[in-house]
Amino acid sequence: MNAAKKLASACALAAFVTTPALAGPDDDNLMINDEINMVTETAAPAHLQDVLDTIYSGWRFRTDETQALQIDDFENPAMIFVDQALDLFNTVDGTEGKSCASCHENGPEQFAGLSASMPKVIDGKLTTMEDLLNGHRAAAMGAEPWKWSGANMQAMVALIGLQSRGMPMDVAIDGEAAPFWEKGKEMYYTRYGQLELSCANCHEDSYGMMIRADHLSQGQINGFPTYRLKQAKLISRHNRFRGCIRDTRAHTFAEGSDEFRALELYVASRSNGLSVETPAVRQ
Amino acid sequence: MQLTRRDTLALGLGAAALTLLPFRASASVEDKISAFTGGATVGEGDITLTAPEIAENGNTVPIEVEAPGAVSIMVLAAGNPNPDVATFNFGPLAGSHAASTRIRLAGTQDVVAVAKLADGSFIQASSTVKVTIGGCGG
Amino acid sequence: MASGVKPRVKVPKKASAGDTITIKTLISHKMESGQRKDKSGNVIPRSIINRFTCEFNGETVIDVNIEPAISTNPFFEFEAKVPESGEFVFTWYDDDGDVYTTSKKIEAS
Repeated sequence: MNAAKKLASACALAAFVTTPALAGPDDDNLMINDEINMVTETAAPAHLQDVLDTIYSGWRFRTDETQALQIDDFENPAMIFVDQALDLFNTVDGTEGKSCASCHENGPEQFAGLSASMPKVIDGKLTTMEDLLNGHRAAAMGAEPWKWSGANMQAMVALIGLQSRGMPMDVAIDGEAAPFWEKGKEMYYTRYGQLELSCANCHEDSYGMMIRADHLSQGQINGFPTYRLKQAKLISRHNRFRGCIRDTRAHTFAEGSDEFRALELYVASRSNGLSVETPAVRQ
Repeated sequence: MQLTRRDTLALGLGAAALTLLPFRASASVEDKISAFTGGATVGEGDITLTAPEIAENGNTVPIEVEAPGAVSIMVLAAGNPNPDVATFNFGPLAGSHAASTRIRLAGTQDVVAVAKLADGSFIQASSTVKVTIGGCGG
Repeated sequence: MASGVKPRVKVPKKASAGDTITIKTLISHKMESGQRKDKSGNVIPRSIINRFTCEFNGETVIDVNIEPAISTNPFFEFEAKVPESGEFVFTWYDDDGDVYTTSKKIEAS
């Protein structure tokens, strides 16, 4: 860390001690591998304009040291799991003797843009990437479904997500998606648990402030699956939802439940316009 | 240790953090150092230990050690149940006598680096890392 | 731990003879410290990578003794001299006796 940066962070610390409310997102710019410039701050999508002017990536709320882990793919520990998923993509599994590559001959690259639009309604059902993967494993490969937050599943979700990295999040919220989106929105503003906290209490009303030692972000999910330093592995969107609701001291919903699918759509729509950062690194 | 408000503010200014919080190295750390040095005196010199002032998560704390001319550098975490972290031994093709890695810290504590120089002398540096205990993230 | 261990290494493909280059390495490994307990209170036995080495054409660049305080999915960054064209060999030694190796060629002009 150079002297100027050290001084800046020392000042930030002094601000934290005296006036915690002033600590918002930082001003750093996220450029990955010196070539992909990421949008970490943009005007809030139209559906949020009554409550937020600007949306920020969670990256902007992290310390310099945590941020640094995401700016180079050889620093980013999530990339070893992306490498593993690339091996899995070419590995035969199931009764049909097929791998992903048997059908998707052009490799994972053909899925560029897909994750930016997920979850989406397919055949009347709100479908996440995990649903798509297990659906294809069953129908095309005759393979056992992967566990929602299992290592193979989240590595593959990360590999497919990586193909959209740098593209703006753009999930549909109208048409067939509308009823799912409304349900997710209602959940977002519902107070859960003994602490009676809604998603909005922390991530809309209080982002930038400290909750004990944790710097609250807007809870955007444009970087998931995310390598969390706490668990030292890739964490699914639903696992993080579960953790948040559990921390309100509530009975939480299951990973892969219809409730969390709806919440995923709504929270993803709050990220519309931010770059897909998958796989991000957070604390 | 009681921190006065003035101390806390000075800590905020960062520069004095090292001298303000002299976490005592445990006997075990002193033993590890004397095992490394063979009992020789450890001085100060051209050795740099770079570590964050505050770590968001103690599971993965990035550190860098550098000591020009070092044969090897031992890193210890004075407040861990087992203070050993790593020892970097530099070979003839080392491009610098420096290395970075990521370490686990069980709580706020001093990280210590001891370098053995080519002439057989030893020098030491240390840095205090505050490990935060999070709300939801920690 | 032999399954699912995956090294990842960044080495430039080319350099000028005599140059110093930066190398980054990551490997997937739990690095079970031996300090944790399972749900029934039993200590989970230590299982870590205990040594990492990098050699170039048979000569040592760096040799690291690793203890349980190194984080899950160990990362190392360091510099190496490149006197001529050749091959870097990276080796990780597991407590269970497994050895993981990968190599990268570099062309020096």
